[in-house]
Amino acid sequence: MEKKTSKLAILTKGIIKENPVLVLLLGTCPTLATTSSALNGLGMGVSATAVLICSNIVISLLAKIIPDKVRIPCYIVVIAGFVTVVQFVLQAFVPALYASLGLFIPLIVVNCIILGRAEMFASKNNAIDSALDGIGMGLGFTLALGAMGAVREILGAGTIFGIALPWLSAHPILIIALAPGGFFIFACAIAAVNFFTKGKGVKGSFGCHGCAMASICQQEKCIAELEKGVEA
Amino acid sequence: MGFGTILLGIILVNNYVLAQFLGICPFLGVSKKLDSAAGMGVAVIFVMVLATAATYPIMQILDAFGIGYLQTIAFILIIAALVQFVEMALKKFIPALHKSLGVYLPLITTNCAVLGVCISNIDEGYTYIQALVNSAGAGIGFLLAMVIFSGMRGKLEANTSIPKCFQGVPIVLVTAAFLSLSFMGFGGLV
Repeated sequence: MEKKTSKLAILTKGIIKENPVLVLLLGTCPTLATTSSALNGLGMGVSATAVLICSNIVISLLAKIIPDKVRIPCYIVVIAGFVTVVQFVLQAFVPALYASLGLFIPLIVVNCIILGRAEMFASKNNAIDSALDGIGMGLGFTLALGAMGAVREILGAGTIFGIALPWLSAHPILIIALAPGGFFIFACAIAAVNFFTKGKGVKGSFGCHGCAMASICQQEKCIAELEKGVEA
Repeated sequence: MGFGTILLGIILVNNYVLAQFLGICPFLGVSKKLDSAAGMGVAVIFVMVLATAATYPIMQILDAFGIGYLQTIAFILIIAALVQFVEMALKKFIPALHKSLGVYLPLITTNCAVLGVCISNIDEGYTYIQALVNSAGAGIGFLLAMVIFSGMRGKLEANTSIPKCFQGVPIVLVTAAFLSLSFMGFGGLV
């Protein structure tokens, strides 16, 4: 962050170049669980985006006040507060979506994209840049989830946003909409990114190099220690 | 609902990792070696039961005051604090256990499976004992999935005939899809 990046670059990098789901491989749980239909995927994406933008703004404003040692609990409280707000809004206005996303709404709290952006971006940048970053990353998340949801809905149920498609709706591949299909379609999506970028695209890997939290949660160190211990 | 039904349901039919997609990050990240996979699994069982034991009574208090909507904030803070305290206590009083489980504990704080099991225990309307059994079962299911998957990944690494764009993360996900598919066979059990 030494160089001053333009506002547009901050906004757009989350959409393709650093897409949180398909390139950085963050937020895998909601990606797999809520993409059984296009609407669910988009709903999850929009909810997480709303939380991400609000928490990014608030955290960037509070960054100077929060003592360094307790910053993670503070960030979590801010995020959890906004998740509760989103929970109320969904419950009031789109109860059907709220019911089908279920458990994964409160689980936005532990989505590592949001905490990761708070730690890596919002705590070091001003409120406007943080808001733009939140919008960009959120759009990337929403688009990836919506696309995966659409593919799974078309193949798995033969419908798109609930509208039946000719022929496909008579021959649905049911398994794609179920749990194994989630893993499989996600695998295909990452393989496609690999294919089109000739292996340079996917920056994350499971484990910790990809996780934005690596610098604080010591997971990388732990796993490195573990694997050393096993080999020795 | 009997304890047997709850256990069987949560371990095999609604396995947290393979059917409900909770705790995917550690499932894919720490499953390269059998030892670390098993250690992580045991630590998750431990934390899930403890977290449920702590959050269930808190929920009763929140409900008594009519502020049930604070569930998310209260639970995540309790879990984070609890894991810290457990780590400190283990280090001080049972260093042998800390040596084998300690490294996994910080990884689990922001694991969605732990928060997930606490919230779903409340949503399902379980009693305190049923909730504890359900948490233990969720942890055992996680351990089972981790151990099986680490075995499958061992075979995978020896294989060199994988297409280039599927190497690495995608083939691991495809393997997980097959494991998930095989667990669907338990579908009608409960």
